[in-house]
Amino acid sequence: MEKGTSPRPRSRNMRLTPGEYSRMVGRASPKSPLRRDVVWAFLVGGSICLLGEWLRQAFLAAGHTLGDAAALTSITLIGLSALCTALGWYQKLAAKAGAGTLVPITGFANAVVSQAIEFKVEGLVTGVGAKMFVIAGPVIVYGTMASWVWGLLYAALRAWG
Amino acid sequence: MDYVWAFLVGGAICAAGQVLMDLTGLTPARILTGYVVAGVVLSALGWYAPLAQLAGAGASVPLLGFGHLLAQGARNAVDRMGWLGAFTGGLSAAAGGICASLVFGVLAALAARSRDQN
Amino acid sequence: MRKKDSIVFHRPPSVLAWAAVGGKKEAEGPLGNLLDAATADNTLGETSWETAESDLQRRAVQLVLQKAATGLAGVDLIFAGDLQAQCTASAYTMRALDVPFAGLYGACSTMAESLGMAACFCAAGLAGKAMALTSSHFCTAERQFRTPLNYGGKRTPTAQWTATAAGCCLLGAAGNGPRVNAVTFGRVRDYQVSDINNMGAAMAPAAAQTLLNHMQAVGTTPAQYDSIYTGDLGQVGSALLCEILEREGMPLPNHRDCGLMLYDRQNQQVKAGGSGCGCSAAVLCAHILPGLAAGREKRVLFAATGALMSQTLFLQGESIPGIAHCVELASPESS
Repeated sequence: MEKGTSPRPRSRNMRLTPGEYSRMVGRASPKSPLRRDVVWAFLVGGSICLLGEWLRQAFLAAGHTLGDAAALTSITLIGLSALCTALGWYQKLAAKAGAGTLVPITGFANAVVSQAIEFKVEGLVTGVGAKMFVIAGPVIVYGTMASWVWGLLYAALRAWG
Repeated sequence: MDYVWAFLVGGAICAAGQVLMDLTGLTPARILTGYVVAGVVLSALGWYAPLAQLAGAGASVPLLGFGHLLAQGARNAVDRMGWLGAFTGGLSAAAGGICASLVFGVLAALAARSRDQN
Repeated sequence: MRKKDSIVFHRPPSVLAWAAVGGKKEAEGPLGNLLDAATADNTLGETSWETAESDLQRRAVQLVLQKAATGLAGVDLIFAGDLQAQCTASAYTMRALDVPFAGLYGACSTMAESLGMAACFCAAGLAGKAMALTSSHFCTAERQFRTPLNYGGKRTPTAQWTATAAGCCLLGAAGNGPRVNAVTFGRVRDYQVSDINNMGAAMAPAAAQTLLNHMQAVGTTPAQYDSIYTGDLGQVGSALLCEILEREGMPLPNHRDCGLMLYDRQNQQVKAGGSGCGCSAAVLCAHILPGLAAGREKRVLFAATGALMSQTLFLQGESIPGIAHCVELASPESS
């Protein structure tokens, strides 16, 4: 028998198509446990808001105006979030609470403070200063943009009605 | 009662965000941006103020409330100075929160360090 | 000898020495006591995570040189790479080691790629001794690819945990260690997976393609191997790999994934499993090579997989291309 008479198996591309694969991926990938996630988000998010309300009532009782009390509440929550972020506690809570820690203003503060801490090693100006708003930036940009649109609309409505 | 509403409404808003995160392909960044813009819209329509009355911090602490704050700021500024207020109102109202985050960010960067999650 | 995409060695080079270094979670995992060295503090005393990763690499190299009883002067070339942008973990390690350095980027497939390259150079007489080195670090990967370490985010069930580990191998043209019989460098395969939290799914098709190419070229079937190891497909990617190959007519009875071996998924919070260049590197050097040397396994495939995207391309809407490189290893006594 001559060497090499039987045809060598040729490597071939797989028959699998991206469409088929996409369906396979959908079936193979475990979904997030919705009920557990939602319960955690509800409880933790509600608790943070509860803490906020307690603070607000306390500031009102101390004689501040509604507007000042609201601002003081935000600032206090942000400060607490910054502290918890620095200590590593916020990350541990958020790993379970998901939207419960992301949606409140404490999430915004965590995004800013964690970026600042992380990039200190790259300098106060080019690290902390430049990268602080990488995560939270879109919220400020598009929130402000939306308020600008509303402001112009409102000005127009005022002028014509 | 205030406290109950704050807890329930705040919790519900966060729960809704979690549903979006789990069921849609939307990333957290997009959901937060959507929330703040939705807050501006709801405020503009006049639907958020009653909720804020009812739920207090339950409405103001979530990011929807941040949008409401921006929208109210724009509106108040326009009342005071006309269309120019559209440029100044939003950020002015949010200044407290943004400044606090920024200041605490710098202070935390000076005092704290990045922590391994392992 | 070249057979299609595969290189089959007439005189298989030998893995002379190897070392696996791990971090905190790796030391607490199932292979913890098999690591050559481990640290409970992933900073390794450094001020930045990036420098800490270079330290991990340096430790692995030092351990290998000790085990091989050779100095750096005996090493002709190092192939090394990692996940940091511009492969700086490797570059800065090599700043302290005076050896010719060929940097590689294969994402998480780097261990197989570097091992394959080192084997080729030794077999062809282009290097008397060549080293293969790679690492990954949870913190450098997290801050570069995802979010700051103090950031509060929730991981999805398909997400994987980047290993803090380094693996290093020293190869020579001949020796008493496990043999490298053949190498297949992979082709990039992109099946339009664009979920960056599901890397296993992104890489599985590339792994399947490379394994098919390798076995068809070399003329073997899966059953002829004691184990077929993949790098870090994780739970989801492994299931997909087995399903793909089943459909392609080459079912795998003996598949094991390094990402599922490095950690105890039940007790360590790693979601779908381990990932990172260091994952497959650590398992190779702590489990696979020792097993071959001791004769517990005679013939295995080591196919590490990589996801070749960047944050930039991902944000531009591109899907995630995968690649897999396959190295066929055999125990010293086998032919």
